[in-house]
Amino acid sequence: MSEVLVLIDHVGGEVKKPTYELLTLAARLGTPSAVFIGDPGQAAGAAEKVKAYGAEKVYAIDDAQIKGYLVAPKAEALQQLAAQVAPAAVLLPSSAENKEVAGRLAIKLESGLITDAVDIADGGVTTQSVFAGGFTATAKVTKGTPIITVKPNSAAPVESAAAGSVEQFAVTISDAAKTAQIVAAQPRKASGRPELTEAAIVVSGGRGTGGDFTAVEGLADALGAAVGASRAAVDSGWIPHTFQVGQTGKTVSPQLYVANGISGAIQHRAGMQTSKTIVAVNKDEEAPMFELVDFGVVGDLHTVLPALTEEINKRKG
Amino acid sequence: MNIVVCVKYVPDATGDRSFEADNTVDRVGVDGLLSELDEYAVEQALQLKEKRSDEEITVTALTIGPEKAVDAVRKALQMGADKAVHVQDEAIAGSDAIATSLVLAEAVKKANGGAVPEVVMCGLASTDASMSVVPAMLAERLGLPQVTQASVVETQGDQVRIKRDGDTATEVIGGTMPLVLSVTDQSGEARYPSFKGIMAAKKKPLETWSLADLGVEPAQVGLSVAWSQVEDTAPRPPRTAGEIVKDEDGSGAVALAGFLASKKFI
Ligand SMILES: Cc1cc2nc3c(=O)[nH]c(=O)nc-3n(C[C@H](O)[C@H](O)[C@H](O)COP(=O)(O)OP(=O)(O)OC[C@H]3O[C@@H](n4cnc5c(N)ncnc54)[C@H](O)[C@@H]3O)c2cc1C
Ligand SMILES: Cc1cc2nc3c(=O)[nH]c(=O)nc-3n(C[C@H](O)[C@H](O)[C@H](O)COP(=O)(O)OP(=O)(O)OC[C@H]3O[C@@H](n4cnc5c(N)ncnc54)[C@H](O)[C@@H]3O)c2cc1C
Repeated sequence: MSEVLVLIDHVGGEVKKPTYELLTLAARLGTPSAVFIGDPGQAAGAAEKVKAYGAEKVYAIDDAQIKGYLVAPKAEALQQLAAQVAPAAVLLPSSAENKEVAGRLAIKLESGLITDAVDIADGGVTTQSVFAGGFTATAKVTKGTPIITVKPNSAAPVESAAAGSVEQFAVTISDAAKTAQIVAAQPRKASGRPELTEAAIVVSGGRGTGGDFTAVEGLADALGAAVGASRAAVDSGWIPHTFQVGQTGKTVSPQLYVANGISGAIQHRAGMQTSKTIVAVNKDEEAPMFELVDFGVVGDLHTVLPALTEEINKRKG
Repeated sequence: MNIVVCVKYVPDATGDRSFEADNTVDRVGVDGLLSELDEYAVEQALQLKEKRSDEEITVTALTIGPEKAVDAVRKALQMGADKAVHVQDEAIAGSDAIATSLVLAEAVKKANGGAVPEVVMCGLASTDASMSVVPAMLAERLGLPQVTQASVVETQGDQVRIKRDGDTATEVIGGTMPLVLSVTDQSGEARYPSFKGIMAAKKKPLETWSLADLGVEPAQVGLSVAWSQVEDTAPRPPRTAGEIVKDEDGSGAVALAGFLASKKFI
């Protein structure tokens, strides 16, 4: 069976959950091989992790020539690896940067590209959620090496022991690829909460919070959830843009989404409509968000959320 | 200096969007407009021109799309762009991102007399397909640096610096013109066309080009040669109506806790 390349999603060598989801999907198309682009000293540690999810090989690419620049060097590195391996497909976790890497790679490999897949079936047929989650589309790459970016939470990771043997892969990065320089980078402060896009539960607040996110954060912590926000809350300066859910923020697809004081505009829905269970607290019973919910409470979030948090903590006892 | 702003004509997101029988977007039967996210690109192009008022800067708005897509570049002209190009050709219908970027790359060059302009400006994503890949593809095809997804743009001479909310960090990215720049909705409110702007737009140059004008073969684009094919589209089944309760003296929290427990979230 041909290899399927899966780009490992990691921060400083720490492998993120979407990687395991992609390895699980990759096994439907061929033999998963993971690709680690990073500090060579961290490759073995990453390999230990991914071999539990079916990675037969782990290609280790030193990022010394890559990490200082945006997008283009990564695409070159993957092109060179693909030229050697001739994979059945290349899968990348859907993130802003990875989608751009995939875009450049598709042109380089003269291959079709599918972004933001939420499922991949045998034979490479992908499912995408389109038009703000209002439609589902199935598609297939028909030319070259399918390049597919996959959204987090698209598959339940399935453990499957494999060799995970590390192979160093040397790449040559052209000067032309080193033209968009990362001049400075300020890593995001760890919140102690799960990553928004990966979280099983997301608790969001909107304009209805009036700028006080205490109740939203309290509920999030009681549920072990990530915190999200609407653009109105972000634009008001109440919470940084990185917490924004929606068309121009993050797309989330958790098991449970709790929308508090969020009206449910189409652009917000675009980022959360594929959540498995949706709950809302809003004082306006006409709020469009209630059209989406499995359970809704018409009420003031400043009283409902603290009471709910207390009730949850009591039940957890 | 020349700036080419790429703007897309999209179906109105607040209307009823749908697909045709061949699984392409219905772009004729619904109201369309200049993608809201591309208004930010037009705005940043105009601001660049205004900030560097001692230079001669031409802002050209460029769109690829069906007949009605001319509205997208018209709006850009009304906002203040100097000239516009509408690439329209039956053969383009149903193109994937690969083919779209090919046509765009050729049109960008032609709009600038055959050479790459100093700045190719794009939006963050279209509001219909919203892949957010065309700017990177354009950079790849034109052999240019990509300085993309900017929330803040600064330039000095041929140097460009942007702030980007990256996936794990907030980054400052630097590049040298010519380059491809894309901006987010955090970059600053887009202006409304003024009455004067609307009147002035009527006299601004607007050209329509076909694939032949660009030297692109019809066989390189369109639905039938797309490198990815949509097999099926279906409206998402409506969510079954949920239970809605009114909170009275704390009853809402108790009911919600009960629901969450029944679903094993607590
Ligand atoms: C191009 C474009 C991109 C966009 N991208 C995004 C995006 O990515 N994400 C996004 O979220 N939006 C986005 N928007 C904005 C979107 O259209 C809405 O304006 C926004 O989502 C509204 O946020 P909101 O629901 O918090 O505020 P509002 O619409 O003002 O709703 C506030 C809600 O809170 C309720 N409320 C008030 N007080 C209380 C209380 N005490 N207790 C309970 N409920 C209360 C009100 O009844 C109301 O329903 C975008 C818009 C455009 C044009
Ligand atoms: C629901 C849906 C799903 C799709 N899935 C795929 C897929 O998986 N793979 C694939 O290859 N194609 C796909 N397509 C087709 C693809 O979206 C179109 O070819 C489109 O023109 C390019 O992608 P985009 O609109 O997402 O652009 P984006 O990459 O989101 O656009 C970013 C920027 O590029 C510029 N730009 C984009 N299009 C134009 C234009 N026509 N004229 C001027 N400037 C423009 C604008 O500045 C815009 O802000 C899909 C289309 C739809 C409707």
